[in-house]
Amino acid sequence: MDLYSFTEGIVRWLVGIISYFVDWLGFHGFAGWIESPGVIQFLTIFGVALIVFIVGFLIAITMIWQERKTLGRLMDRRGAMVVGPAGYFQNIADGLKTFLKEIIIPEKADKKGYNWAPVIIIGSSILLIGLIPMSDRFFVCDIDGGLIFIFAVFSITPFAILIGGWASNNKYTLIGGMRSAAQLISYEVPLLLSLVGVVILTGSLNLGEIVHAQQESVWFVIPQFIGFIVFLITIVAEVERIPFDLPEAEAELVEGWWTEYGGMRFGLLMLAEYFRGYAGAAVAVLLFLGGWSGPILPPEIWFLIKVFIVFFVFIWIRGSLTRVRIDQILNIGWKRLIPLSMVNIVIAVVIKSMGWL
Amino acid sequence: MAEMWINMGPQHPMTHGLWNLRVKVDGETIVDAEPVVGYLHRGWEKLVENRMYPQIIPLSDRLCYGASMSWSHLYCLTIEELMGVEVPERAEYIRVIVLELQRIASHLMWLAAYGTDLGLLTGFVYAMRERELFLDLLQSVSGARMTYNYMRIGGVRNDLPPNFERDCLRTLDYFEKKLDEYEQIYDGSDIFLMRTQDIGYLKPADAINLGVTGPTLRGSGVKIDIREHDPYSVYDELDWDICTHPDCDCYARYRVRMDEMRMSCHIIREAFKKMPDGPVRVKVPRNAPKRTAFARVEDPRGEGLMYVIGDGTDRPFRLKVRSPIFVTVSAVPIMLKGYKVADVPAIMGSVDMCLGETDR
Repeated sequence: MDLYSFTEGIVRWLVGIISYFVDWLGFHGFAGWIESPGVIQFLTIFGVALIVFIVGFLIAITMIWQERKTLGRLMDRRGAMVVGPAGYFQNIADGLKTFLKEIIIPEKADKKGYNWAPVIIIGSSILLIGLIPMSDRFFVCDIDGGLIFIFAVFSITPFAILIGGWASNNKYTLIGGMRSAAQLISYEVPLLLSLVGVVILTGSLNLGEIVHAQQESVWFVIPQFIGFIVFLITIVAEVERIPFDLPEAEAELVEGWWTEYGGMRFGLLMLAEYFRGYAGAAVAVLLFLGGWSGPILPPEIWFLIKVFIVFFVFIWIRGSLTRVRIDQILNIGWKRLIPLSMVNIVIAVVIKSMGWL
Repeated sequence: MAEMWINMGPQHPMTHGLWNLRVKVDGETIVDAEPVVGYLHRGWEKLVENRMYPQIIPLSDRLCYGASMSWSHLYCLTIEELMGVEVPERAEYIRVIVLELQRIASHLMWLAAYGTDLGLLTGFVYAMRERELFLDLLQSVSGARMTYNYMRIGGVRNDLPPNFERDCLRTLDYFEKKLDEYEQIYDGSDIFLMRTQDIGYLKPADAINLGVTGPTLRGSGVKIDIREHDPYSVYDELDWDICTHPDCDCYARYRVRMDEMRMSCHIIREAFKKMPDGPVRVKVPRNAPKRTAFARVEDPRGEGLMYVIGDGTDRPFRLKVRSPIFVTVSAVPIMLKGYKVADVPAIMGSVDMCLGETDR
């Protein structure tokens, strides 16, 4: 049973109760309308969106909590520990705080661009979560070009960041936006190239089929180790985390392209960054680490365990490296990662043509 | 050619205090830079003219709270020079010990700040953690954790507390192990080397001509240290070396400070061995003679100098401070030109800014 039919069942059950009640009150026409397929479909889609957002939100706040605690341990301190068990609800408290803050728009900002950029970023980030299957039964849509579509959605963000940076009418945000565009666009290339090996091995762009192919043979992290490393490096750059967080480098650019975003806008952008971090880690798990396959526990739990392990690697990198410079990051991208991903493609072709997998 | 001025400061995470660095950029490349100081000006030199000599000591702590022991020591040294006071030998050794402890604490704070400048929050927390140990030692000596008020004209306030030598040596042993850990996290990281090597080049000739002092000068390979060339206290009786590095870049300044921390541990150990018994303070006259005096010391940040004019009363007629960073800031445009905006924190962090003593 997939997520859609699961939600549809719930909606039908709820609608049945409501229409029975309405019918009892005497509004027979309204009861008939509420049970029509169009309304049920609309409510189901709404319900799926709600479930995706809640699941994504829970995962994101768990990631923030994980980041706080792990970073604390790496730095020899304790991290959040006051609000809730082991400080888990600290994120909710912080969210409430940002929610109560005043919305400030710079006087000379381009209002349309300034207001729409976060909408695009947050919307595309939530869309990413909807595209990630957590198991054979927990997914929103199963499309054949799923992998391509995910990275198409990933690459909407540089455009919105550039608009937001430009529209804020601030020199720091402008430089941050330009940096973000340069970095993200140049890292798309090795990122996509590092995925080609997996696609060659499975002959499919469908995430479910890629996972099934790994269940039949081995996890692709073994034959595609170079691709895995390149993917991890590029995905860290793609979600703008240290050491590749130049677009928001706080020491030189005062948080870069989101300098002017305050209050809940900042909160949602921050959340969107963790959504993207989750999506990146999830793609790494799906393509290289066997997806949801694992013994005993339910597949969704295995999937989340692997995602949090990959995210732990991100936090570890953040805790031990300094930020690189813009020309260095471009050099790394073009001169190191692209040749490496080419080598990876060659390895995949050799494995496939020799019929080893 | 689209060039624009960017204001970095007075409120900016890079500045380490209140000052304004105007940077002219072409794209992301710096073509010009102009430091603007004066946001933190408190009128220190005027303020002290209304105070009696001993009352100025707690003010001199406030010159730079990263190195308050050095500054109150410099003040006391100047007034001792003015009044012709001979300091007991034990007091001189105690001074050397606390000054070197203060140097380590100051360099650790620099290391911490440099970590955050480059995006390494872990380095910040680690260095601040060890700084606490040195603050504990200085607290056991003076009772305060930041503005110590421990130096006195003609000695120090009180003798070292019991068990201080044991605690101090134990801390040093622990700290030297931790220094290796820092080198793993800083030198061991290729990204840190990429960010600091060949960045912020300062020629030795430029450094000397601009009056740059301290680790920044020694990072340019110039072997000048006031402790060696114009010895005060008992530095000439101790056996130690000047730490220099020939690379002239940010990495060299980092290396010099790391080596200086090791050398400070060595100096403290040696001072404990040679320390004699005796009084730690002598009586000093209330009024200064009608003459001038100056003294200079090697502050953690460079050469600190004070010049005082006594007019026969119990208050200074004029007290002039030469602070190291005020001079070093003038070398900033030379160090910055030609590098990227992203190098500004790396370069400015490497000179160890302290605005309290710069603006006074």
